[in-house]
Amino acid sequence: MTFVSEPLAFEFFRQGLLASGLVGALCGMLGVYIVLRRMSYIGHGLSHSVFGGAVVGYVLALNFYLAAGIWGFLSALAINATARRRRIGADAAIGIVTTASFAVGVALISKTRSFTRNFEAALFGNILGVTTIDLVVVGVVTVAVAAFIVLFYKRLLFVTFDPEVAPIYGVNIGLVDTLFALAMAATIVASINVVGVTLIAATLVIPSTSARLLTDSFGRMIGISTVIGALSGIVGMYLSYWLDVSSGATIVLLEASVFLACLILTSMTRRRPSWVSQPIPTLARERPADDFE
Amino acid sequence: MSAAGAKPVAGERARPGGAGLPEPLVRFSEVSCGYDGAPVLSDVDLAVPRGAFMGIVGPSGAGKTTLLRAIVGAVPRVEGRITVDGRPVGHRATSGVGWVPQLETVDWNFPATVREVVLMGRWAEHPWRAWASADDRRRVDALLDRLGIGGLAGRHIRELSGGQQQRVFLARALISDPPLLLLDEPTSGVDLKTRDDILHLLADLNADGITILLTTHELNTVAAHLPWVVCVNGRVIAEGDPDDIFTSDILGRTYGADLRVVRQDGVVLVADAAPHRLRDALRHRHGDVEHAHHEHDPHHHLAAGATASEADDLAADHEHLP
Repeated sequence: MTFVSEPLAFEFFRQGLLASGLVGALCGMLGVYIVLRRMSYIGHGLSHSVFGGAVVGYVLALNFYLAAGIWGFLSALAINATARRRRIGADAAIGIVTTASFAVGVALISKTRSFTRNFEAALFGNILGVTTIDLVVVGVVTVAVAAFIVLFYKRLLFVTFDPEVAPIYGVNIGLVDTLFALAMAATIVASINVVGVTLIAATLVIPSTSARLLTDSFGRMIGISTVIGALSGIVGMYLSYWLDVSSGATIVLLEASVFLACLILTSMTRRRPSWVSQPIPTLARERPADDFE
Repeated sequence: MSAAGAKPVAGERARPGGAGLPEPLVRFSEVSCGYDGAPVLSDVDLAVPRGAFMGIVGPSGAGKTTLLRAIVGAVPRVEGRITVDGRPVGHRATSGVGWVPQLETVDWNFPATVREVVLMGRWAEHPWRAWASADDRRRVDALLDRLGIGGLAGRHIRELSGGQQQRVFLARALISDPPLLLLDEPTSGVDLKTRDDILHLLADLNADGITILLTTHELNTVAAHLPWVVCVNGRVIAEGDPDDIFTSDILGRTYGADLRVVRQDGVVLVADAAPHRLRDALRHRHGDVEHAHHEHDPHHHLAAGATASEADDLAADHEHLP
């Protein structure tokens, strides 16, 4: 029990544990949509974009979450708008918007060298420095994003699966995309202090990709991805404590190990989960092929 | 060979069922529509009566899919007036319409079971509830049974055959009991048996009172069997019973190609004349003076816009003719 109980004696660890569990669940949950919408690169790009917003906010003496959040949201909208232009692909749009935004942050840091250390924490994560306010922000964002996913579940599923047809069935695709961009920006901003800008993309992509290997059902994929993310965050924190390795890196390496295990497991079982292994019945209604007129 | 007395050509089109019928379910009045730039369709006047089973044919880029999309308010630029059930179509989704997309556009690796896909068509019933109700599940099971794919609700969509996959998307379109069903090339890329299954199923649904509009490239094996066909190429070239409007003139104007129509024992076969000319040219070049004509032999024709399998079907069909 020492493995579990000893670190809990420290308040910083308890707060870090809670934060990493919540961030893991949050990124695992939202990551399903990001992976299925083939936007994996956006997590990487948007986190860099948010970094630029954080630096601008610092220079203008604005609240970190406010500045980074607004910057990230506007970046996500700009990516969406740019990607809709038929001549520019989504990957190119993400590359342009986010690297330009990151460059703003780097330029401001190089201009004013006095606050470099604060942004090292943003780049690489500083879970041991998680404050009560950080924890509250992570909690609020997790609840808000979970509520969004539950309330918009049907619409998100439809838009993710069939974006061309969903509007024909009355789904307001503009509203869904805007709220999704807001959820992504909020998730990335809330996760920065836990895993850092450089590793957020991994926490968004790896749990959901692992879950995809384990199930062919959308609903189950969200549940499995959320559990993998949360458990990786919690177990990763313990491993980080006992191995004395950076917490963000430990969490991501643990998630990568889970993915590898899922890959090997599903390769050995020919990727056929047990619940879809029954034979498919033939069509109940057979008609002769030559009597249609 | 053209059909004598083909009545419904552009400008003097007869409506299915004739005059004096109640307000059509769908009506296009002087509609021009498109996306960016020039309109895809111009000056479209079209009435789709309730209970119609109508095919839309034309070459690629002719505006077949745009015509369907205009009905559901999915075309950004529309001039003129389109009504569905008497209500004008705007830029918002049109209620009471089921849409079946081309299967080629579906991401078959997406993690979705048959039940999850079918329930998408019912999202608006309880938009804020993430889970399916007992009533939802009963409806899905009953509909899948009706469509002949009962028991497959828990399957992943990739695991099904082509015909079963098409039925899944039909089920999604039908789950909210729409009076109008729009299908974008429902028989594209499927084998002969599957195509016949789908057409029989659509005929059954039509017999149940559902109005059906579909686009197709398959003149001989699909369009020729439908009660009413609209020929489109940037505008409506003609509409009517395929027995009447499948003429060399009308199809030539629709496809911009030299097409021949073979009629034998009530069967209409559309054939592309180009392969004949190519063959004759090749024979002439190689000194073969034999210029046998096979205008009445479908084994020597390729169907217009048809796949190789459709050409085979054409020949196979003819082998059964007396």
